[in-house]
Amino acid sequence: MQNNTNKMKFLVPLISVFLGLLIGGIIMLISGYPPIEAYAALFEGIFGESYYRGETIRQMSPLILSGLAVAFAFRTGLFNIGVEGQLLVGWLAAVYVGIFVDAPAIIHIPLAVLAAGVAGALWGSVPGILKARFKVHEVITTIMMNYIALYSTNEIIRNFMLAPGERTENVKESASLASPFLQELTDNSTLHFGIIIAIVAAVIMWFLLWRTTLGYELRAVGFNQHASQYAGINVSKNIVLSMAISGAFAGIAGSMEGLGTYQYMTINAGFTGVGFDGIAVALLGANSAIGVILGAALFGGLKIGALNMQAMAGVPTELVGIVIALIIFFVACSYLVHWLMNRVNRGGKI
Amino acid sequence: MEYVIDMRNIRKEFPGIVANDNITLQVKKGEIHALLGENGAGKSTLMNVLFGLYEPEQGEIFVKGNKVVNNDPNIANSLGIGMVHQHFMLVDKFTVTENIILGKEPTKGGKVDLQTAAKEVQALSDQYGLRVDPYAKIEDISVGMQQRVEILKTLYRGADILIFDEPTAVLTPQEIVELIQIMKKLVNEGKSIILITHKLKEIMEVCDRCTVIRRGRGVGTVDVSDSNPDSLAAMMVGREVNFKVEKVDAAPKEAVLKIKDLIVHDSRKVPAVNGLNLTVHAGEIVGIAGVDGNGQSELLEAITGLHKVHEGSIHLRDKEITNKSPRSVTENGLSHIPQDRHKHGLVLDFSVGENMVLQTYYQKPYSKSGILNFKPIFDKAKKLIEEYDVRTPDAYTPARALSGGNQQKAIIAREVDRDPDFLIAAQPTRGLDVGAIEFIHSKLIEQRDNGKAVLLVSFELEEIINVSDRIAVMYEGKIVAIVNPKETTEQELGLLMAGGKRGAVHAE
Repeated sequence: MQNNTNKMKFLVPLISVFLGLLIGGIIMLISGYPPIEAYAALFEGIFGESYYRGETIRQMSPLILSGLAVAFAFRTGLFNIGVEGQLLVGWLAAVYVGIFVDAPAIIHIPLAVLAAGVAGALWGSVPGILKARFKVHEVITTIMMNYIALYSTNEIIRNFMLAPGERTENVKESASLASPFLQELTDNSTLHFGIIIAIVAAVIMWFLLWRTTLGYELRAVGFNQHASQYAGINVSKNIVLSMAISGAFAGIAGSMEGLGTYQYMTINAGFTGVGFDGIAVALLGANSAIGVILGAALFGGLKIGALNMQAMAGVPTELVGIVIALIIFFVACSYLVHWLMNRVNRGGKI
Repeated sequence: MEYVIDMRNIRKEFPGIVANDNITLQVKKGEIHALLGENGAGKSTLMNVLFGLYEPEQGEIFVKGNKVVNNDPNIANSLGIGMVHQHFMLVDKFTVTENIILGKEPTKGGKVDLQTAAKEVQALSDQYGLRVDPYAKIEDISVGMQQRVEILKTLYRGADILIFDEPTAVLTPQEIVELIQIMKKLVNEGKSIILITHKLKEIMEVCDRCTVIRRGRGVGTVDVSDSNPDSLAAMMVGREVNFKVEKVDAAPKEAVLKIKDLIVHDSRKVPAVNGLNLTVHAGEIVGIAGVDGNGQSELLEAITGLHKVHEGSIHLRDKEITNKSPRSVTENGLSHIPQDRHKHGLVLDFSVGENMVLQTYYQKPYSKSGILNFKPIFDKAKKLIEEYDVRTPDAYTPARALSGGNQQKAIIAREVDRDPDFLIAAQPTRGLDVGAIEFIHSKLIEQRDNGKAVLLVSFELEEIINVSDRIAVMYEGKIVAIVNPKETTEQELGLLMAGGKRGAVHAE
């Protein structure tokens, strides 16, 4: 049984990806685009050149972290829909430290990343406290906190950090994650060192959840608050802590953008979407650390490959959005995939 | 056409297990037929086969003489078979009538005709003596009445073969008496009943015949009038079972738990425990007898730190534990076998091993500096699994996958192994079969003999009388009488539990 469920955990996303691509292809056919050429261009756009590979990995870093944020909260029984907002405050905090602090890189980078983590943790702990104290559902508060984060960060940039072009200045070089070495290696892509931070964060999440007494408490509270309370675990403390840790991952995701990809923060007209993609990444990765990395690789790849698909095959990038949506759809209704597999296993007999 | 239900040589396999092997169940019209077996013996599987939820690999099913080829759950309904589930399937916010007609609503001009339906419900209720108010909301009525609503649901749908799945597990002694009368009335009106149970007393009292299954195999069918509890138990378990709890007289020593003038408010701020005094000594088992809802849960939650104490004090040994946190109470030497093992006792999605350290995971050797140490955790778990005969494939299996009896054994292993001064056992044998009950009772008595203080709370009067050294009767939040189990009867206890005055009861 156990083996079987483990196999299913792996198979369901795989089959979902296949089904998503298949139906995406059919939609292309109906809309008059050539699916085979489109997918060839998509594939080429992910793996074809070192530049694309670099861009894909760059795209992965914030996705891994936002995926970890969602997965961590989920493992402890919470739905953190506020990753987007926590990411924005983390982004701002990282950029702020990057601009206004003077320090050698060895201190400056960790300090800026840490600031992002702390900002995200504080932002995430607010819904945690509201839930622990007043039993307000975290889905509602995190969604509201997203808007507060969006408009507050914009206001702060506008009033205190504005540079020409509706954005902040660039962070100091000592705080930048950009790497000429990685850029050269990947034919001048925007690849930066953030991916290392993201993978370290994945290891930390796994270790924290599965190897520490804190993780034991967090998981126990997530599964069964009554039994946890009975066992002497402080349920309220763990809810706040879980949201704070989840928020820290999200905040650090923001530092990937602030210190790596962009080197600055713009006044955002709307959400970045990275936080919400994290929900899909976590879902696709079955809320495990390794799964989140794989899910982020798929999402990052598809997003970067889509650019080439449009350039080479003339298929709009929006179609990749449809494929991604289909994949999420099939993972979410894994019941359907289970049912299909059972049918296939039984040789078509119901 | 002799049998209303005739299941012959049923075999049902699941990957790796044969759940039903050559079971024959034949129910006569107008009889109450017991289906007896241990937890996990295959009773549910057999009923699911009858209901068409599973397709048997072998065997034939006849209902009222007609062969049934059956892989459609709705077929049972159309054949007049109805199930009274152990866990009620009722919508709390709906009225009795709304629940009963759900899925089969009579309409008038496109609107649900509640008036006619309520009259029909009332008529059915009167016919079978069910005493149900068609307009009451489910959330406002007692568990016993909710069960009668379940019975009405099957009758409303025209069932004449009723299956009762462990119906007495959730009832108080008084409610059980009423249920038994209802069942007799039902068969008098021409219905047939299958009673799934492992309570031998009930079988002796109400059933005509009894089919026994053991580990998936049909053992046989006997006339209840030709058998006795011992022979039925032996058929079910496969060996002689000792019913009389073997124990020497208690040798109580110093007081371990002292409760003084305790007042505990329930969630509506009404005193549920209202000026309660109780002392439990080392080396004795004190049983609390009482009808559910007289403050027992609040009392236990107050002792264990899960519920705020309003007034009064609780001492464990010489330490005051009033309003201390659950962890602090636990560390002061309390173990607690909780009433609801799924809600409080286990984290079902944790492995058996992880559950074994639920209160001790943060201590050495199970962890060091906040890092879990899995080898000692699972070594401990394996030792306890072996010692307490917890049937699980291994310590890594999720607790959810274990049968109820084995989940309970796991909890008892954990709680007893912590070597507490004071052990609370709340409904420790609820829903368990005789084999497991025997084991659990012997463990409680072993604790007592080792000089521990034990507080037993149970709605089974037989258990209270057999296991306790002193019985404290709880009524409306107070201990109204302390009686000696050797000098009392179930009738007398029942009277005291209902708030009656102590007659010739000997007080200690």
